[in-house]
Amino acid sequence: MSERILTVDNLRVDLPVPAGTLHAVQGVSFHVDRGETVCIVGESGCGKTLTALAVMDLLPARARRTAQRLELAGRDMLSIGERAMADIRGARAAMIFQEPMTSLNPAYTIGNQLEEALLRHSRVSRRQARARAVYLLERVGITAAASRFKQYPHQLSGGLRQRVMIAMALMCGPSLILADEPTTALDVTIQAQILHLLAELQREFATGLVLITHDLGVVARIATRVVVMYAGEVVETGTAAAIFSRPAHPYTRGLIACIPVPGRTRRGAALGTIPGMVPSLVGKSIGCHFASRCDYAIDACRSADVTLEAARDAGHLVRCIRHAELPALAPTRVAEAAP
Amino acid sequence: MLAFTVKRLGVALLVALTVSLITFSMIYVSGDPAIAIAGEGARASDIEAIRKFYGFDRPIIVQYVDWLAGALRGDFGRSFTLRQPVADIIFARLPVTILLGAAAIGFALVLAIPLGVLAAVRPNSMLDRFALTVAVVGQAMPTFWFALTLILWLGVTWRLLPITGSDTWQHFVMPAIALGYFVTPAVMRLTRAGVLEVLASDYIRTARAKGLRPPTVLFKHALRNAIIPVVSLAAVQFGFMLGGSIVIETIFQINGLGYLAWESIQRKDLPTMQAIVLVLAVIYVLLTLLADLLNAFLDPRLRAA
Amino acid sequence: MTQAALPRAGIPTAADILAPSPGVLLRRRILRHWGLLIGGTILAVIVLMALLAPLIAPHDPYDQDLARKLIPPIWHGGAKVTWAHPLGTDQLGRDYLSRLVYGARISLLIGVSAMLISGVIGTVLGVIAGYFGGRVDMLVSFIVTTRLSMPVVLVALAVVSIVGSSLTVVIWVLGLLIWDRFAVVMRSATQQIRAREFITAAQALGCSTPRILLTEVAPNVLNHLIVVATLEMAHAILLEAALSFLGLGVQPPTPSWGLMVSEAKGLMFFDPWLITIPGIALFALVLAINMLGDGLRDVTAPENRG
Repeated sequence: MSERILTVDNLRVDLPVPAGTLHAVQGVSFHVDRGETVCIVGESGCGKTLTALAVMDLLPARARRTAQRLELAGRDMLSIGERAMADIRGARAAMIFQEPMTSLNPAYTIGNQLEEALLRHSRVSRRQARARAVYLLERVGITAAASRFKQYPHQLSGGLRQRVMIAMALMCGPSLILADEPTTALDVTIQAQILHLLAELQREFATGLVLITHDLGVVARIATRVVVMYAGEVVETGTAAAIFSRPAHPYTRGLIACIPVPGRTRRGAALGTIPGMVPSLVGKSIGCHFASRCDYAIDACRSADVTLEAARDAGHLVRCIRHAELPALAPTRVAEAAP
Repeated sequence: MLAFTVKRLGVALLVALTVSLITFSMIYVSGDPAIAIAGEGARASDIEAIRKFYGFDRPIIVQYVDWLAGALRGDFGRSFTLRQPVADIIFARLPVTILLGAAAIGFALVLAIPLGVLAAVRPNSMLDRFALTVAVVGQAMPTFWFALTLILWLGVTWRLLPITGSDTWQHFVMPAIALGYFVTPAVMRLTRAGVLEVLASDYIRTARAKGLRPPTVLFKHALRNAIIPVVSLAAVQFGFMLGGSIVIETIFQINGLGYLAWESIQRKDLPTMQAIVLVLAVIYVLLTLLADLLNAFLDPRLRAA
Repeated sequence: MTQAALPRAGIPTAADILAPSPGVLLRRRILRHWGLLIGGTILAVIVLMALLAPLIAPHDPYDQDLARKLIPPIWHGGAKVTWAHPLGTDQLGRDYLSRLVYGARISLLIGVSAMLISGVIGTVLGVIAGYFGGRVDMLVSFIVTTRLSMPVVLVALAVVSIVGSSLTVVIWVLGLLIWDRFAVVMRSATQQIRAREFITAAQALGCSTPRILLTEVAPNVLNHLIVVATLEMAHAILLEAALSFLGLGVQPPTPSWGLMVSEAKGLMFFDPWLITIPGIALFALVLAINMLGDGLRDVTAPENRG
């Protein structure tokens, strides 16, 4: 078995809100091995960003995190203190954020912000730190790296800033990189370049990569394994091949139906949609979270909580009581046709 | 950057010119300045002589242009009562007031910035509430009354500090506190709001994601950005303090510009009054210009503009 | 689509259906805001004191009685202390409580009048600058900068000394000097409103500019206006006290709190209560107005706290 980098077991994140407690992440488990790309997919508000922040211990101050197990490279991250956690952040695990426009400090040069992580975590000279920063800037595809090094964030475009963020994540040679929708804020043409770069660097540096996205087209191309989240829960997880060829959960099937496929999706034809809204995560809820939007829901789905069960393939888990019979079933509700 | 500076200097010049026009016309608010100088019941021939001597008999426009031309050369005319060139008196007194103002703004910043930062780091804590109380109380205290109370306690009851005069640094302690505390609330609130806002920003999360220690995150990444508006405020408030020092200098009998203003107001010494208002206005405008330049220095995004 | 209108999906609770009206919410926020309540109460007491001064004051505030001068307030103890003069008497034997009560009238009168004058000037300038922008905005900004560059206390003192001091002169001088914050705040508030769709909609409907300013802009900048008004009223009260303290504000024998401190200044080392009492009165009044203003800001726009 390959080297296990990240183990997350039964992670929960609760947020106090005026109406009560928001159970944003409800018992999420997954793991990442060295050299793997694990993609967490799901729509906005399903808890994928909070899951990543919880791993890094960067949650908002009012959020509460609990878990059965949270280990990075064999080290328990639940029991260590804030200081020890700060030693891990940036060194062993790095994070790339969604908003490259605001994620860099406007008051300092790119170079200064690149160097500081390395200077913080290892005994290197300023010159060595600078050399590595310039090398990584070149490596992430920034031309004239030495002069960019002296520039301020506002002098760079969004795409360049995200490349800088990637270089910054690589500064200390981390074993795990968490990338939270790193391309959402960028132009479509830049998105592909950045993702390509991430995948390439992940292979080259043999890090574990957790890529959070809602773009299944990307997932199909670069994921080793996929974690599908819905309303705070993992609804399906398995190898990318299994998820895409034999999706077991109605939600996953709905998501895949939404991907336009060149050549197969007819021009002008309606793409699939999933009707309805995500349920509230405030307070206690019973039954399958997806039931209210599911075309195959029956009374049993709403009356008891649903656990993750093994599907046909090895390591393929699904949270649906009807997953075995699903392929043969007709919808219990006729989906509203998209206009 | 150069264009920006030139443009701002132009505005500064225009403001100074407008202020000069307003202060010049102050002479004529009272009616006939010659009578004002000569005093009530003076002989007509004396009044006429004064009118000739000061040139009040010429058209107002000519008088203004003449006065302005002098002011530009640093010649504000002669004091009605002190029989000296106004410029000499003002520039002899100005350093004392600038020293007092600097000490006051220093006191305010040293008190307000740490309080504001601590309040922002622990919002709604006891310390935050304490800081808020300091702010609310500070804003409501009449300066002159606070100064007298300081004299009563620190000067008389406990005999810690000298009460009046401007001979040693101890003489400046109470006036600086009395003048500076009024600015403390504004600086503190602005610091607190700024730090709170910056701490919630994405780049602070990036800094924490790098594993930087909390002091580095706070001092290097947060404070640098949160302090930018505070710098402008401090510069502007320093200008207000120079103008507001009249009350404090009168109470503590500090021989600065404020005390001079007080004396000249009592003696109806119009050339001195005009010159002081004009000098303070020019200083204020230069300070706001300085604040803009400092901002550009602190915020790289403004440098290009 | 109907689901989107609900606060959240799922079955609405009773609280969702019986949501309190904005008015009820506002009242609830006011009642929970301690600063607002305390400030409002102190201010109400002082306003009542000023209105009912002839009923409250035990003596005529102008009545001198040198035989009964410098009686200390009752908490001081000693032979001279008497309930006939609960706060004692001043150097001319005038009852200090009565002067204090009548002094509230002066402070409030000057505070409100100067605030109204400066409010009209500043609001007109600020709204015009914010609404029309461009050259108009530049001109107004220039006027504001010019005004700010002239030190308030100094100019006020100079003008009062030249024109001669009286209550009316003090009110007008202060009113004409302290409109700057009204202009600055109203300008930015109007700019924000100006960019909103309902202004464009009103223009598209062919509403005249004065009509838009009155019916669309004014109601939306009102909360900012009220907050600045409280601040400037407090500011005017402090300035009047400072002018009177320096002898160029309200003239004796009119009872003004600033003047009371000024008159007692020479005796403060012997009878400190002479400056403590009017000082605390000034402090309490300004504190109450500021707390009310801060509270109103919190209650009407909770997102602007800080």
